[in-house]
Amino acid sequence: MADNPDIVVIGGGNASLCAAITAAEQGARVLILEAAPKAYRGGNSRHTRNFRCMHAGPLGPLVDSYSEEEYFDDLLKVTGGKTDEHLARLAIRTSEECLPWMEAHGVRFQPSLSGTLSLARTNAFFLGGGKGLVNAYYRTADSLGVVVEYEAEVTHLELEQDEIVWVDYLKNGVSYRISPKSVVVASGGFQADVDWLARAWGPAAENFLIRGTPYNRGVVLADLLDQDVEQVGDQTQCHAVAIDGRAPKFDGGIVTRLDCVPFSIVLNKNGERFYDEGEDVWPKRYAIWGRLVADQPDQVAYAIIDAKSLNLFMPSVFPPIKADTIEDLATEMDLPVSAVRATVDGFNAACGDTSGFQPTELDGVATGGIVPAKTNWARPITEPPFYGYSLRTGVTFTYLGLRVDENAQCAIGNRPIGNLWAAGETMAGSILGQGYLAGFGVTIGTVFGRIAGREAAKHAN
Amino acid sequence: MPTDLIMEARRQAEICNACRYCEGYCSVFPALHRERAFADGDITHLANLCHNCRGCYYACQYTAPHEFDLNLPKALAEVRQESWKTHAWPAGFGQLFERAGSVLALVLVVATACLFALAQNINPASGEGFYAYISHGLMIVIFAPAFLLPLAAIGVSIKSYWRNTGGGTVQLSDVLAAARSAGRMKNLEGGHGDGCNFEEEDRFSHARRYAHQATLYGFLLCFASTSSGTVLHYGFGLEAPYALFSLPKLLGIPGGILLCLGTGALAYLKTKANPILGAPKAWGGEMAFVLLLFAVSATGLLLYAATGTAAVSALLPLHLGTVLTFFLLAPFSKMAHGFYRMAALTKEAAHERENA
Ligand SMILES: Cc1cc2nc3c(=O)[nH]c(=O)nc-3n(C[C@H](O)[C@H](O)[C@H](O)COP(=O)(O)OP(=O)(O)OC[C@H]3O[C@@H](n4cnc5c(N)ncnc54)[C@H](O)[C@@H]3O)c2cc1C
Ligand code: SF4
Ligand code: SF4
Repeated sequence: MADNPDIVVIGGGNASLCAAITAAEQGARVLILEAAPKAYRGGNSRHTRNFRCMHAGPLGPLVDSYSEEEYFDDLLKVTGGKTDEHLARLAIRTSEECLPWMEAHGVRFQPSLSGTLSLARTNAFFLGGGKGLVNAYYRTADSLGVVVEYEAEVTHLELEQDEIVWVDYLKNGVSYRISPKSVVVASGGFQADVDWLARAWGPAAENFLIRGTPYNRGVVLADLLDQDVEQVGDQTQCHAVAIDGRAPKFDGGIVTRLDCVPFSIVLNKNGERFYDEGEDVWPKRYAIWGRLVADQPDQVAYAIIDAKSLNLFMPSVFPPIKADTIEDLATEMDLPVSAVRATVDGFNAACGDTSGFQPTELDGVATGGIVPAKTNWARPITEPPFYGYSLRTGVTFTYLGLRVDENAQCAIGNRPIGNLWAAGETMAGSILGQGYLAGFGVTIGTVFGRIAGREAAKHAN
Repeated sequence: MPTDLIMEARRQAEICNACRYCEGYCSVFPALHRERAFADGDITHLANLCHNCRGCYYACQYTAPHEFDLNLPKALAEVRQESWKTHAWPAGFGQLFERAGSVLALVLVVATACLFALAQNINPASGEGFYAYISHGLMIVIFAPAFLLPLAAIGVSIKSYWRNTGGGTVQLSDVLAAARSAGRMKNLEGGHGDGCNFEEEDRFSHARRYAHQATLYGFLLCFASTSSGTVLHYGFGLEAPYALFSLPKLLGIPGGILLCLGTGALAYLKTKANPILGAPKAWGGEMAFVLLLFAVSATGLLLYAATGTAAVSALLPLHLGTVLTFFLLAPFSKMAHGFYRMAALTKEAAHERENA
């Protein structure tokens, strides 16, 4: 069957698996081509932890309700209006039936979370995280007869008269060509191709870290865009956050997250502050710091806290650098000592009354007379030992993608491509022009993966 | 306790603490997420809460070849094994854990041979059933200390373990809560009720849970059977052999069958599970222990079946040899895990009560 499937699904993450399972349940013979080896299967999906789900009343692990309007408003806030309302509402509305569908296909949710997150109403957390989810789907797909080829990188789709006529892929250095009836692209963004990032962003991008899989190199995306398949978004848009500078180049995932910024002062490599660290609660400011750090020299920054703040945020994977004096800390972090001293002194002098300090809400404990100001949680850095973390830009995914319609179908000009569908990150730009709402990536992948699988099967059967 | 094992487990626990995706699988994670820094005793406590179900391994996005190289089931298994060794009493006997397989075989042979020789040579003048081969008095002389001394040794070990992991005063309600959790094998449900990963990579199944439950309850029934025999003997002057519809038999026969099935299944599952997710040095000893329990129950059942035949003369010393070996090695074999696990669950129950 590997050489003669009805449907080829490109990619091995959440969107791909949802498409493959749906198509196989309709009787189609499905082949998944996954570029990664088995140990790394599942793309960025293996790093996820939750999905955002609309619900009229309590649903599975979700409490209360989360209406379509509220969900859509939340989305508009983060995208600044750059949202395709029709597709966004389709994703939101369909998310409600996704949760039971996911459970029926093996996904399990965390009953309730003791951590610092207060998302029990809007987001359902996967037991075992995204890898647990992906494993469950692979088991289900296998039981439905879906065949998976690992280490199989798709290199080209041949487009002729608005149809994909063949698919080329490489496995163990050998090239294969197959001609399925339908093709679903679910191979993510291009963020792991650092050269491409550098073309889009300039050389600064060489210093970015990639939070997820090294296999999302945009090979299929580039191939299709070269053949004039309709594109959406532009290549400079990506979701990027500030993560621990010591994280691995790829696949560092969730544990490299740093939550210390609101309680710190953040300096660039010249020892200067450059932005209000206390602008808002961290979950709301998490995403802008990726770009802020990217704009600093060498795309690196340094967060400094003192002993009284150490236990106010979630522990991170790398222990902070620790020193008894600011001077020693600066030396250990390779920062100009006198500049750091001057910045810390200036900041400390600008701190006022800190008695209203409240770590979990905007407390208005602000600096006076310095630029940039710190508008919340501004307490002087005085209590040794002092701790430092380096920060770098961590790219989550890119937005450039394939434009799809409500059937997840791709197009060329304004004509649909008869047998090509797309799902997941690779078409997320069709819905979100910019910004990101936690848990919406998996929602898009699940909703459009299932639609793509349904349509691909309809075409093939 | 070797610090490199603790350090490796601590390294991994710190990664888990930054991740928290496995919260919900078992008692280890809530206990882990309570801490920000892990003292040696904390790591030992986590290790004894873990029952190597592997759920957190197969769900982990950081397992090798990833550079973070997570393998929490293995890291905790190694610390667990070391903690039993460290707390074993008398001190030097902890070494037996390392060689559990061969020690067990040796003790078994010697114990059986001695009992065989006794049965051959000091034939009691009178006595019915088994007591026709070995007198009741002699059995007591051998088995009473063989049962009580190891039990005392375990008591000493658990006390030292309790102190080391920072346990406070024990409350009966906490012990009962722990017993309830162990009795249901709650942690082997995997948090979602689908069971654990063990014998077939990331597939969830209840096989190990059920096999362990059969073993546990089979063992308890056998133990109750022996105890009821003792009570009948001393309390009511009713001596063995007992009839089919007597308490010892009604408890012992189902117990023996359950124990046989449970240990057989556990041994089979163990051959299917990937050994690199456990403590490699412990594998042989654990397997030997499971097989010993199997032998205890199988020989017991055979002995019952052979009642009145000549085979008893050989089967009786063999069965008693397995039982004697089991008792003598209890503090230094996998049997110890039951006591340590109970201690760890009791500590968790106490924590829950204090924070309720
Ligand atoms: C650290 C991290 C945490 C995240 N957490 C969340 C979260 O909690 N909730 C949420 O909603 N979103 C989260 N996201 C975003 C989320 O990962 C994505 O939106 C979603 O999982 C994308 O799914 P996908 O199937 O489209 O892509 P992926 O899961 O990335 O799958 C793409 C697949 O395509 C394969 N592939 C790529 N190129 C080729 C090729 N040429 N040939 C064959 N196969 C190829 C890859 O190997 C991979 O298997 C997170 C992302 C990261 C990096
Ligand atoms: S085992 Fe892996 S996935 Fe689970 S909590 Fe630890 S780091 Fe996270
Ligand atoms: S192996 Fe099982 S019991 Fe042990 S920590 Fe992992 S999930 Fe918990």
